[in-house]
Amino acid sequence: MPTVFIPPSLRKLTGNQERIEVAALSVRDAIAELEDRYPGVGPRLCADGAIKPGLSVAVDGNISSLGLLQKLKPDSELHFLPAIGGG
Amino acid sequence: MAKKRVVTTTINGEQTEFLCQPRQTLLEALRDVLNLTGTKEGCSNGNCGACTILMDGRPVDSCLVLAVESEGAELETIEGVAPAEGLDPIQTAFLENAALQCGICTPGFIMAAKALLESNPHPTEQEIRFYLAGNLCRCTGYDKIIRAVQDAAKSREEVTV
Amino acid sequence: MATVEKEQQAVSTNGHYKVIGTRPIRHDGVDKVTGRARYGADTRLTGMLPAAMLRSPHAHANIKSIDTSKAEALPGVRAVVTSADLPDATDRVANLGEGTVNLKHLSDNVLAGDKVLYRGHAIAAVAADNIHIAQEAVKLIQVEYELLPPVLTALEAMKPDAPLLHDDLRTDDLGEIADTPSNVATHIRFEKGDVEAGFAAAEVVVEREFHTATVHQGYIEPHNATALWNADGHITIWMSTQGTCTAPQQTAELLDLPVSRVKVVPMEIGGGFGGKISVYLPPVAAILSKKTGRPVQLVMSRTDVFEATGPTPGSAIRIKMGVDGQGRITAAEAWLAYEAGAYPGSPVGAGAMCVFACYDVPNGKVDGYDIVVNKPRTNAYRAPGATNAAFAVETVVDEICEKLKLDPIEFRINNGAKKGTRRIDGPVYPRIGMEETMAAIRDCEHNRTPLEGKHRGRGVATGFWFNIGLKSTAQATVNPDGTVALIEGSTDIGGTRASIAMQLAETLGIAAEDVVPTVVDTDSIGYTDVTGGSRVTFATGWAAYLAAKDIQGQMIERAAKIWDCDVTAVDYKDGGVVGPDGKRFSFKEIAAEAHKIGEPVIGRGSADPQEPGGAFGTHLVDVEVDMDTGKVTILRYTAAQDVGTAIHPAYVEGQIQGGAVQGIGWALNEEYFYDDQGTMRNSTYLDYRMPTTYDLPMIDTIIVEVPNPGHPYGVRGVGEVPIVPPPAALANAIYQATGVRMHELPMSPPRLLHEILKQRASNGDQ
Ligand code: FES
Ligand code: FES
Repeated sequence: MPTVFIPPSLRKLTGNQERIEVAALSVRDAIAELEDRYPGVGPRLCADGAIKPGLSVAVDGNISSLGLLQKLKPDSELHFLPAIGGG
Repeated sequence: MAKKRVVTTTINGEQTEFLCQPRQTLLEALRDVLNLTGTKEGCSNGNCGACTILMDGRPVDSCLVLAVESEGAELETIEGVAPAEGLDPIQTAFLENAALQCGICTPGFIMAAKALLESNPHPTEQEIRFYLAGNLCRCTGYDKIIRAVQDAAKSREEVTV
Repeated sequence: MATVEKEQQAVSTNGHYKVIGTRPIRHDGVDKVTGRARYGADTRLTGMLPAAMLRSPHAHANIKSIDTSKAEALPGVRAVVTSADLPDATDRVANLGEGTVNLKHLSDNVLAGDKVLYRGHAIAAVAADNIHIAQEAVKLIQVEYELLPPVLTALEAMKPDAPLLHDDLRTDDLGEIADTPSNVATHIRFEKGDVEAGFAAAEVVVEREFHTATVHQGYIEPHNATALWNADGHITIWMSTQGTCTAPQQTAELLDLPVSRVKVVPMEIGGGFGGKISVYLPPVAAILSKKTGRPVQLVMSRTDVFEATGPTPGSAIRIKMGVDGQGRITAAEAWLAYEAGAYPGSPVGAGAMCVFACYDVPNGKVDGYDIVVNKPRTNAYRAPGATNAAFAVETVVDEICEKLKLDPIEFRINNGAKKGTRRIDGPVYPRIGMEETMAAIRDCEHNRTPLEGKHRGRGVATGFWFNIGLKSTAQATVNPDGTVALIEGSTDIGGTRASIAMQLAETLGIAAEDVVPTVVDTDSIGYTDVTGGSRVTFATGWAAYLAAKDIQGQMIERAAKIWDCDVTAVDYKDGGVVGPDGKRFSFKEIAAEAHKIGEPVIGRGSADPQEPGGAFGTHLVDVEVDMDTGKVTILRYTAAQDVGTAIHPAYVEGQIQGGAVQGIGWALNEEYFYDDQGTMRNSTYLDYRMPTTYDLPMIDTIIVEVPNPGHPYGVRGVGEVPIVPPPAALANAIYQATGVRMHELPMSPPRLLHEILKQRASNGDQ
């Protein structure tokens, strides 16, 4: 199952769990499941039906431009990271 | 506002008369009155060399010269460097050495390099570095500019031999 | 155009390409050496009016009133604008090409509302018959200020009793908002493993604090914009920008118009390095144009550029690192506070992700803080956020190596990140080239030549930058003579017309010179993200590759028609189509044939690639220090970098050399020097001292090619990472030369001399 790496700032909500396996096929499903199991996590990551501004989701190491629509593989890793720009 | 003056100069080999205000710099007159926008403005206070032109054969920061001071002078700008067909060896050397990235500093460097090679046809690397220190380039780190001037010196030699 | 052979700078091209790896003369070259290329400030339009801006003389003040009546009465003045002319911006956060921006902040930065937050903050603008009248009129605008105390550094601004810049700003910790207002906009944290246990297992632990000054990108061309607000409601802006497509978005948002109403015509651009993404002038010029019915041009002065565009943050950084007896890193901790300037948005997130990115750190913790101060709103500058962090961590690594008597290059190879290493911020690396760049430096002639002489030293440091992907579009039209006209939306700051055209040429098997690339306006090409993030050769190159593939497909179909065979019997190979029975058309031939029969051939490519492939660079430098003045002379410099595949090696070298020299300037001289009132005291090139020809030796480059698996030609971004290692490499070299460890940038003569004298005093041998 895909694994979500919980950012330290959210671990209060997940009982200090750092990695959580989710039965999800997309980023959207993964966040929905997290919100189900750990209420409050969802709104910290998403707003207005998208990943929050300033935040990005990396799936298997690559920042996804598809955001919530990004599909997951059974062994995918999800990370929520600060969005970066470039010079 | 002070009245405009008539200034008579030679620019790139052609006698040119233009009208300017006494407070206008030569850089402003070139760019805004004469539409010679190849000469660039990077700082307007003599610290970047983007506005370098040749005045009576000497490189000057045209932002530090008043337009009225050019009365009777011979001016050469980047627009006058290339012959009617083809390019000057300095321009070719800049292209072949990839000595420009954004290119905003390039006209100034080419004018300064021209003045250098006219006064010192075989400069050492240190002499090139010393002579061009008044021209800033933020893109290249200068390496390829120095090599271009070295190459230009060589090919000018071949042309004159 | 001739292809230039350069034996003395040969690189390790992987040999299986025809065009990639060669050095054709760039397509826009002749225009740029003859003065014919038109940059933003060269725009000349019929009836154009120049304009000037009023800027705040104070770093922090409330605006009580603005009276423009005297300015308006001056003969020759055509229009005046203030923030009252801008639509009310909402507190909406939007992604407009430079990460996310709060629109209210962007709008207030363009023209200040009721508060000025830094010296140079724009307040009003005047369009007049000539620039001198406009400048005189600006002086006649009367502003009544209520002065507030300024706060100028991250550490000062974090204090609980610091003056607040924004009453409504409260610290955001991944969506958890603090109760009370503060200058700390954001807190970021990463954790991995068990840090306490890690430090307990260490033999040596070093902890140091570092400070870096605000520095500017320093592009030679000042910002400019020429706008025409036409009577039909359409706005055209001629400007120099890194973001042809993001500038109209930002402008449209600020003017509260649909984006289709704003067209940007990208002029040539005289450098950007991240600083020409934000929009400053276009909305102001547009409103002045609306009021006057004429095109209006705004061009910044050099002082405006320094005081009122986006430099890169000053910072305070603490690093703690532990290493065991075997020379393995056991734990590392970083605390980073970056000055965002007047509005939130420093690149501290990227700094926090980059700080330990070169190493395999089993246990780590990183805290990052984004802090507002009374300085201009900062912007990206080449690998934004990474250089500050690398200066700190690479200096600590050097000190640890010294303490444990380890070779700094071997230490970095042994502890270096590689494929499979998990970063502290979480993700696992794909194939990367950190080790290869270290090995290249270890084995290079420079490193194998011993350095001799008094007060001389050699330093090494490494750095990482992510690079970004994002969206690009390219369109290619096949001409009957077998050439291809390529249009694209990425403004060309350093030879990218060539590097994109070369990828198209490679794919079609034609010469680079047979491709004619043009950068076009926003009505003429699909959306293309900024020229930044080391992405153009990677992503727009990819779009060009796709456009070429599209052409290949159409040529195959056409050939099948001509040969009256099935398309599956036709292939595109070696620069042409091949069919049954040895039939073949070269690209030129099929182009001519295709013109005779059937529809014109146009290839299109649009890309949004996701794997930019991180880039590593390792630099080696020799210095000599004048012990009486503290002046550092660079004797020799070598930079090795993993570039994936070098498309046009000369421009790859150029990026590495240019980035390294900007890093050298950052390290040794450049800084915003503020007085306690928040006035920058060195806002000219004379006093803001950037490197000149005379300050430098040649910059040797070693191009390492570890192809990026995420690109058809293996391209990694090139432009940004070379700025990252120089400050630390120089600090480490200075230590070797003097025995003094520098913890503050810039390491300018007065600062270094101070440390040298302090050391002499403590050694008792003054
Ligand atoms: S514009 Fe004249 S020296 Fe900079
Ligand atoms: S090439 Fe850009 S400043 Fe020199």
